[in-house]
Amino acid sequence: MNNENGTLFAPSSGRTKEREKRRSPWWEVWRRLRRNKAAVAGMSVVILLVVVAVLAPVLAPYDPNQTNIKMRLQGPSSEHPLGTDNFGRDMLSRIIYGSRISLYVGFVAVGIGAVFGGILGAIGGYYGGRLDNFIMRCMDVLLAIPQIILAIAIVGALGTSLLNLMIAVGISQLPRYARVVRASALTVRGQEYVEAARAVGASDARIILENILPNCMAPIIVQSTLGVAQAILSAAALSFLGLGIQPPTAEWGSMLSSGRQFLRNAPYLTFFPGLAISVVVLALNIFGDGLRDSLDPKLRQ
Amino acid sequence: MNGPLLEVADLNVIYKTYEGTVAAVNGVEFSLEAGRTLGLVGESGAGKTTTALSIMGLVPSPPGIITSGSVNFAGKNLLSLSEKEMKKIRGNHISMIFQDPMTSLNPVVTVGVQISEALVAHQNLSEAEAEKKAMEMLEKVQIPGQRYREYPHEFSGGMRQRVVIAMALACNPGLIIADEPTTALDVTIQAQVLELMRSLKEEFSTAMIMITHDLGVVGEVCDHVAVMYAGRIVETGSLEQIFGNARHPYTLGLFRCIPDIEEETSKIRPIEGLMPDPLDLPSGCPFHPRCPQCMDLCRTVVPGVLDDGGHRVMCHLYGKGGAVHG
Amino acid sequence: MLRYFLKRLMFLIPVLLGVSVVIFSIVHLAPGDPAEVMLGPSATQEEITNLREQLGLTKPLYVQYGIFLTNALKGDLGRSIKSNAPVVDEIMERFPATLTLAVLGMIFAIAIGLPLGILAALKQNTWVDALCSFFALVGFSIPNFWVGLMLMLLLSIYIPILPSSGFDSWKNFIMPTIVLGIQTMAVIARMTRSSMLEVIRQDYVRTARAKGISDRLVLTRHILGNVLIPVVTIAGIYFGHQLGGVVITETIFSIPGLGRLIVDAIRAQDYPVVQGGVLFFALCVGIVNLLVDLLYAVLDPRIKAQYRAAK
Repeated sequence: MNNENGTLFAPSSGRTKEREKRRSPWWEVWRRLRRNKAAVAGMSVVILLVVVAVLAPVLAPYDPNQTNIKMRLQGPSSEHPLGTDNFGRDMLSRIIYGSRISLYVGFVAVGIGAVFGGILGAIGGYYGGRLDNFIMRCMDVLLAIPQIILAIAIVGALGTSLLNLMIAVGISQLPRYARVVRASALTVRGQEYVEAARAVGASDARIILENILPNCMAPIIVQSTLGVAQAILSAAALSFLGLGIQPPTAEWGSMLSSGRQFLRNAPYLTFFPGLAISVVVLALNIFGDGLRDSLDPKLRQ
Repeated sequence: MNGPLLEVADLNVIYKTYEGTVAAVNGVEFSLEAGRTLGLVGESGAGKTTTALSIMGLVPSPPGIITSGSVNFAGKNLLSLSEKEMKKIRGNHISMIFQDPMTSLNPVVTVGVQISEALVAHQNLSEAEAEKKAMEMLEKVQIPGQRYREYPHEFSGGMRQRVVIAMALACNPGLIIADEPTTALDVTIQAQVLELMRSLKEEFSTAMIMITHDLGVVGEVCDHVAVMYAGRIVETGSLEQIFGNARHPYTLGLFRCIPDIEEETSKIRPIEGLMPDPLDLPSGCPFHPRCPQCMDLCRTVVPGVLDDGGHRVMCHLYGKGGAVHG
Repeated sequence: MLRYFLKRLMFLIPVLLGVSVVIFSIVHLAPGDPAEVMLGPSATQEEITNLREQLGLTKPLYVQYGIFLTNALKGDLGRSIKSNAPVVDEIMERFPATLTLAVLGMIFAIAIGLPLGILAALKQNTWVDALCSFFALVGFSIPNFWVGLMLMLLLSIYIPILPSSGFDSWKNFIMPTIVLGIQTMAVIARMTRSSMLEVIRQDYVRTARAKGISDRLVLTRHILGNVLIPVVTIAGIYFGHQLGGVVITETIFSIPGLGRLIVDAIRAQDYPVVQGGVLFFALCVGIVNLLVDLLYAVLDPRIKAQYRAAK
């Protein structure tokens, strides 16, 4: 987005070359990331949100589930900065608590997708042949079903619960991690140090863990960051459809969904939860973009 | 025609990058008569391509900036022309052949269209007339005209470079700039393409600037030679003057790099060291860190130019006065 | 070409088989019992057992799958539990609305995304680029259901110029099209920008400039022809993703399409409709991918040559 970190000529200067030698590659990534203002902003917002989620009980002015029929559908006021919903619950508190669910669902779903997808990809890439072919065809099958429809079908079958929601979103994300890990497993497979490890009798599992996994950390981290953003969106969409987190739990997607019927008279009930989702997802995407650029300067101009 | 066809004077080009300012071309001067061929020789990074792109008005900007100088072509200073006027020159009066024929043709456009579009743009030909002329041009470079509708991927490397040559010659320009036209080709193909260029140049009586790092190529096709080092022309003269009586230590070094079949191989001596970092050029003569005959003066003062009957050298070994401080 | 097309069509078969297995398993793992659902809570145990027998639910799963598959190949996806109408009829009745939406969404995505990406790349590192890129990133990040509700709030409630639901006039399509296409639009814009920046640096673009042809011709003939190849890939991939979006769009704007059919079927545990609907979605995705492959051949003569060679 800016050419602040002009990586084009970075290696040509003698001074930076010396400095680079002393630093680990991750330090170098961090150096480049820090120069990308947008990425730093995205990262700060993500960190802020994690802090808000962790400190929700301290930060929230009210109990998110405390109903108060007398105070229902109040517009934003000094008492309730974001208004109250149709049960008189404080929207600000509910949004603060909602960040817990969204981040939790996002990270766990990506964890499920990345671990299982990564294992499948590593196995396929490492062993190759028919097994690889079979695994990748299965991924093609998953890709042939639109993600959200797959997730809807899974949730529909397993029933609506937090865990099932995370499983459904995680499974629908499997293929992208499988592909990334498989690609790097394929490049590493033929390398001499892998052959050497095999020659001294290292087990396949160990080779995969010690040689293949470190090699694909960079793309996995980038995919996961962008994946969390996608997962938060998918989970919110499922909840919006009534197939995810069920009321009365404070979750942004289902808050949006219940606020929908009051769109005309209490638009803030849909505006703020949607804004919250947008901000988180935008921050994660900006951060993920920056991370990708820092991890692979060749991709940049 | 009165005066030279092309006259480049005091050309300075810099690239502004994040790491600093790269002085790519520093005070380059040369001229070229109509129909003659100038060899622009030097290692990669010496500023040859940037010089060529300056003449074409194609220096990538940003980061490139032409800070001063003039490029007089047929009586017009090209650097003062507007982009619109420059478009009428490019491809029409001056055209350029780039180094790599594998990448310099558009993969999704037929070779015929790529040749004829310059004709349509400059000669007011209809599509049909341009097509006929483009087929003629293909025949000229020994490619059957009916291959007009084929795509670049259907041609070999040597044939693609011939397509590029046909493109460059299509409007019968007064000047062709060929940027290492044979470097990317197989050795056997190189000679063929070079021979073709030479005969077409004769036929069209076009002037040419041949950019190369290969003195052998220069010896075969050029009338004049200019040797570039670190953005400067360090020596220039007629082919005989340079090949018979090279003076600059860098030029002498280049000649020593050519293997000579008749003499013993032990005489090949590469020039020691590397081209200086263009972000941080040395003081004085830019060649002094690598020069076997370096004197104290060379480290601090940029040498002036000694002109000896058109044979110009920029070196303290020959120039007494005329030193330029910089 | 035709042979290549047929060959690609054959590749679609194992994928669809795979999808049928996956969706069949998912649906049959569901805890609810269709017979109970059909008969409602007042049914006796005997009635349920009879119906299970009748529906073939007592047979082993693989036999049930076999029956489902043979029927599916004959174009029979079973009957809806809820309406008792053939699933194929239900799908076909709803399909035109969904197809219209999907196509409109794609047109919107390309019509906005492509120029946005081109503009950003041409003005690289200026505020125009920053604005276009940020806009694309926002489009990629905001939940489309929220966009839908906000549009509705603005254009149906505050400035009532567009209807918030229904499916009879062209006005009904405007908001759903935006909601459905916005993410694809963002993806296309981003892809176009990066692809442009890549292509602009290519030698052949410099060659074209060196010929003195107009900037417009350089852009349309030499740059865009090459930019479109990766953009078409990503648009093809996202078409599938976007097709999923109809679930949301149709729900928000009360459009009777396939997406709502599936969501309603899942809520009602109407498993034949879920099965058939998902399979049909996969078929659509497969056909779109096939069309994208063919589009490549039109855009890239190198690929066309490969197709010819791969007879």
